[in-house]
Amino acid sequence: MDNWRKNPLVFWVFAIPPTAWLALFFLVPLGLIWVISFGEKSGLVDIQITWVADNYLRAMDPLYLQIFLKSFWYAGITTVVCLIVGFIVATAITFAPTRQRPILLLLVMLPFWTNLLIRTYALIAVLRTKGSLNAGLEQLWDWGNKLLNLLGLEQFQLLGAQFEPVHLLYNNFAVVVGLVYVHLPFMVLPLYAALARMDHSYIEASLDLGAGQLRTFASVVIPLAAPGIVSGVIITFVPALGSFLTPDLLGGTDSQMIANVIERQFKSANDWPFGAALSFILMYITFFAIAVRSIWAARQDTRENLV
Amino acid sequence: MKLTFKAQGPLDYGRRLWVRFTLGLCFLFLYAPIAILVIYSFNDSRRNIVWRGFTLKYYEKAWNNDSLIQAFSNSLTIAFFSTVLSVVLGMMTAVLLWRFRFPAKAPFEGAVSLPIIIPEICMGVAMMAFFARVGWPVDLPWPLNLGAITIAHISFSFPFVAMVVRARLARFNRELEEAARDLGASEWQSFRDVLLPYMKPGLVAGALLAFTLSLDDFVITFFTAGPDTVTFPVKVYSMVRFSVTPEVNAASSVLLVITLILTTTAILLQNRSRD
Repeated sequence: MDNWRKNPLVFWVFAIPPTAWLALFFLVPLGLIWVISFGEKSGLVDIQITWVADNYLRAMDPLYLQIFLKSFWYAGITTVVCLIVGFIVATAITFAPTRQRPILLLLVMLPFWTNLLIRTYALIAVLRTKGSLNAGLEQLWDWGNKLLNLLGLEQFQLLGAQFEPVHLLYNNFAVVVGLVYVHLPFMVLPLYAALARMDHSYIEASLDLGAGQLRTFASVVIPLAAPGIVSGVIITFVPALGSFLTPDLLGGTDSQMIANVIERQFKSANDWPFGAALSFILMYITFFAIAVRSIWAARQDTRENLV
Repeated sequence: MKLTFKAQGPLDYGRRLWVRFTLGLCFLFLYAPIAILVIYSFNDSRRNIVWRGFTLKYYEKAWNNDSLIQAFSNSLTIAFFSTVLSVVLGMMTAVLLWRFRFPAKAPFEGAVSLPIIIPEICMGVAMMAFFARVGWPVDLPWPLNLGAITIAHISFSFPFVAMVVRARLARFNRELEEAARDLGASEWQSFRDVLLPYMKPGLVAGALLAFTLSLDDFVITFFTAGPDTVTFPVKVYSMVRFSVTPEVNAASSVLLVITLILTTTAILLQNRSRD
């Protein structure tokens, strides 16, 4: 690597355009939101910057605190489900035959790159009352009833007089399903990276020395895969926490997450200062999660160097 | 068919039935909704549940929906300009970080990764406030009216391009460049004839990613789009809010195929450049 002084002209040619772009079209907008978050609404569209923390205090109101808690709860369940499923999937890919591995990985990655809106829309068609899942259940109900008829049990109506579709959409369940659907690939990739890097002879040694599969998993695999687990948890949790589209399209009236409240402040309620404050709280949470990860990684590094 | 039964070793987790079962279930969960979406775009029924025969009429309907086509061409235009500028800025960032040591390098690196890290909604509202504040003109002729959205797309795309190109540069043998310089090439010549050809697979992969990111983005565009500058995802969103129709399925299937082709190409290119 060269010192920039060695060739200042080339350095500036490469440094100025991206720095200027980033400053003008990213950092300035963020700074603007930060300033607005300390402002007050005066009139319909005017904002006065009064440097008060009222908007942040308002976010501590039980109504909004509850939405924050709910968002944490949804993102948390999503992360746990993704971690369990993702671990099994990552294991299956790691121990798959060498030729199949890239194909399986590609299959996990492709949905990650397809349009979020389209995937969410696809879920609506599956989950809604007259959707594919309920159509399948109705078919099962039909077969079950025919079987009962054959057995001469029709008068008892064991499966009910008619098929009752299950309400799978526009509720909290749909939101969590949607979040898992969207974020599963985020979890699989870092877990796979960690498992593939791991020296598999450690597992073999542990099994040879008499530890069972569960014990080996708990005291060998998990500690060795820990960096991947931490990365996976954070890159699943952070975007899940800030999700807008999934609760918006799949959720019911009580499934609002933080991003939906932010959107409302900017689009319909027209209370930009409050929306800006909520955005910054969401951003601080994100930074905190990422900081935890880097501190953890740094500590892990020093521990490895000491050994 | 030849069946071979091998004894299962203790490490053959991939062959265990329940592991395979979960893997299968997971792929079913990931792909079945998309497959159903595509299949029902060919279904000759408005209600979308019962199969009533093959038809292309919803594709025709989508094709004749002027506002949908307008939104689609807006999306392609934005993606094109966003890709070109993102590749240039991303390449510059990658070369800068790879080649130079300079003061404030760590903060610069952090700032460049910010657009990747922060929640989309925060970036969306920031862009919305920014363009409202600077009084960005809204009644410009096409394609200048798409400027605000394009700028927002470049801001979140070029850090991704930088990441991809930097990964490629990490394996560059600097002696090649030094040899070129020793043989009398100028700074510009050695960049053009040595470094640029080496970066090319990374640049192409980065370009495809930038294009897909721009084409797919909904949240940030939702906040920067005006009534006359609707992109394809924003249009589909308003259609979905209104009702679930096979026309939306048809339009979505087209976009799906485009992104699938672009992404697969990008991933394959990236894998090849890694070897």
